[in-house]
Amino acid sequence: MKAFRLFAFIVMLFTLGKAQAQLTIEIVGGAGKQFPIAVVPFANESALPQSLTQIIGADLARSGLFRLVNASGVTPLPSEPSEINYADWRGRGADAMVVGRIKTLENGQLEIRFRVMDAVKQTQLAGAVLTASTAQLRTTAHRIADIIYEAITGDKGVFTTRIAYVVKQGKRYELQVSDADGFGAQTVLASNEPLLSPAWSPEGNQLAYVSFENKRPIVVVQNLSTGARRIVANFRGNNSAPAWLPDGRSLVVALSKDAISQLYVIPAGGGDAKRLTSSSGIDTEPTVSADGKWIAFLSDRGGSPQIYQIPSSGGDAQRLTFEGSYNASPDWSPDGKSITFIQRDEGRFRVALLELSTGQVQVLTDSSLDESPSFAPNGKMILYATQAGGRGVLATVSADGRVKSRLSATSGDIREPAWGPFPKN
Amino acid sequence: MMKRIVLSSLLIAGLAACSSTPVKETEAVKVEDKSATSATKSGPDSKSVTQSTVAVNPLKDPGSILSKRNVFFDFDEYVVKDEFKPLVQAHAKYLGQNGSKVTVLGNTDERGSREYNLALGQRRADAVKKAMTILGANDKQIETVSYGEEKAKCAQAEESCWAQNRRADLVYQGEQ
Repeated sequence: MKAFRLFAFIVMLFTLGKAQAQLTIEIVGGAGKQFPIAVVPFANESALPQSLTQIIGADLARSGLFRLVNASGVTPLPSEPSEINYADWRGRGADAMVVGRIKTLENGQLEIRFRVMDAVKQTQLAGAVLTASTAQLRTTAHRIADIIYEAITGDKGVFTTRIAYVVKQGKRYELQVSDADGFGAQTVLASNEPLLSPAWSPEGNQLAYVSFENKRPIVVVQNLSTGARRIVANFRGNNSAPAWLPDGRSLVVALSKDAISQLYVIPAGGGDAKRLTSSSGIDTEPTVSADGKWIAFLSDRGGSPQIYQIPSSGGDAQRLTFEGSYNASPDWSPDGKSITFIQRDEGRFRVALLELSTGQVQVLTDSSLDESPSFAPNGKMILYATQAGGRGVLATVSADGRVKSRLSATSGDIREPAWGPFPKN
Repeated sequence: MMKRIVLSSLLIAGLAACSSTPVKETEAVKVEDKSATSATKSGPDSKSVTQSTVAVNPLKDPGSILSKRNVFFDFDEYVVKDEFKPLVQAHAKYLGQNGSKVTVLGNTDERGSREYNLALGQRRADAVKKAMTILGANDKQIETVSYGEEKAKCAQAEESCWAQNRRADLVYQGEQ
């Protein structure tokens, strides 16, 4: 009976079709040194339904670390290192170049061969041969962008990762998953009741989230490939704020079943909840360190919402934030060295970064209604929700605060973003 | 609609049945109610045919404090303010005197963290529940649910609107 009621409120969609809200990228700020790179259109690319090198270039530009060098007027375009006139490209300002060619194989698959060249030293930095179907063009472009990003910055790229977020369209809520650039959005769940706090499992194959489908908040885990859903926490009162432990077998959640909101550990398959915190205030919004040893969370036990940490097995809490009267929504960096969170200052809610070794706090954004910051899996960018033109949009800021971009949908109110892990191969 | 009529006449029947108990201030107002013919046996006009005068459901009577269901809070606060104590007291007394069940729905304005607001809404609902149990209601009669900032009534980003959204609502069983 309960299961029937659960599904009565829910329409599930597993189509491969495009979701209604298409995100577009717009870089709204950037400063500092950017690496000039020429991504030369690949030979035979014009025969494809979409340009590979345009997607690659957009990825690199959005990271804020690259400036694209114009290839217009160059004929013929080089597709092999031997065809590159380095003096000309140096004159255009390029420090590096990407050249390549595409061949259609007998089985209809595409073979994409490309090289990343150092335009100063005239040496190869990276190169690969990939095969893909035309349906995989976008993913392939993101993979190439990852290879280029890593060859030049030394850090892993995040262009093949995915993001999850909630779109509100009128009275309808949709939990969507898209590529990190906002394209290829798919609706994984639609509901007439609020959805919030999506959290990726460490393997990236499941999402935990809070759903009001039973007219009050419960925690649900959904498998992204099968669509199977299971209720993980459905106790009296609030069931919310899921965060996965690194082994993927259990979750930290905020429950109000015994008192006001406190933290508990619960098996990912559901079951008994083990209490972690015992405070006189609200404890919620847990985030687990990558090594699984610590949990940072919001607590107002001291009179105002601040960030604290406890060992993940439970124990005494240590306060981490001291500036300001409202610090919320912590998310631990993948290297464990910093925590991004929302700080309120003079009525403005902005994304901030706490350096754990020094205790220093840097405010990264200059907007006023920021929410839900979420680290990219390489720790170089932070995805968050903010307001623009009276509705919720997604934005990214580099972890040093220098580069901001906006992913704005054509319609709907977007909130609650969560950046997924590196894809498992 | 049909369901509501049946329910309200049941409520009235229930009230009429216990009209000897000292809840005069909540039952004092009498008006015409054409749908309540089955609930008239204790009324003075019970033998008259079509129109009967009975005690109206005080929960729906605009003249009764029990028709007031909203407790408002200050920003980031969950303390029930003095101006709402008579309201909370009246509902506690009402619950103490009959077997009704009520849900307290906690809400917040939209500023800040959704999760913190969800917990804050729960805390507001729990604060109202606690006050009511102290004043005569039974713990088991009161459910609390938080909507956090998710079901804001007023959508403008200004204090007058936020103040309306920082609210706990009392909804009696059968009302929604």
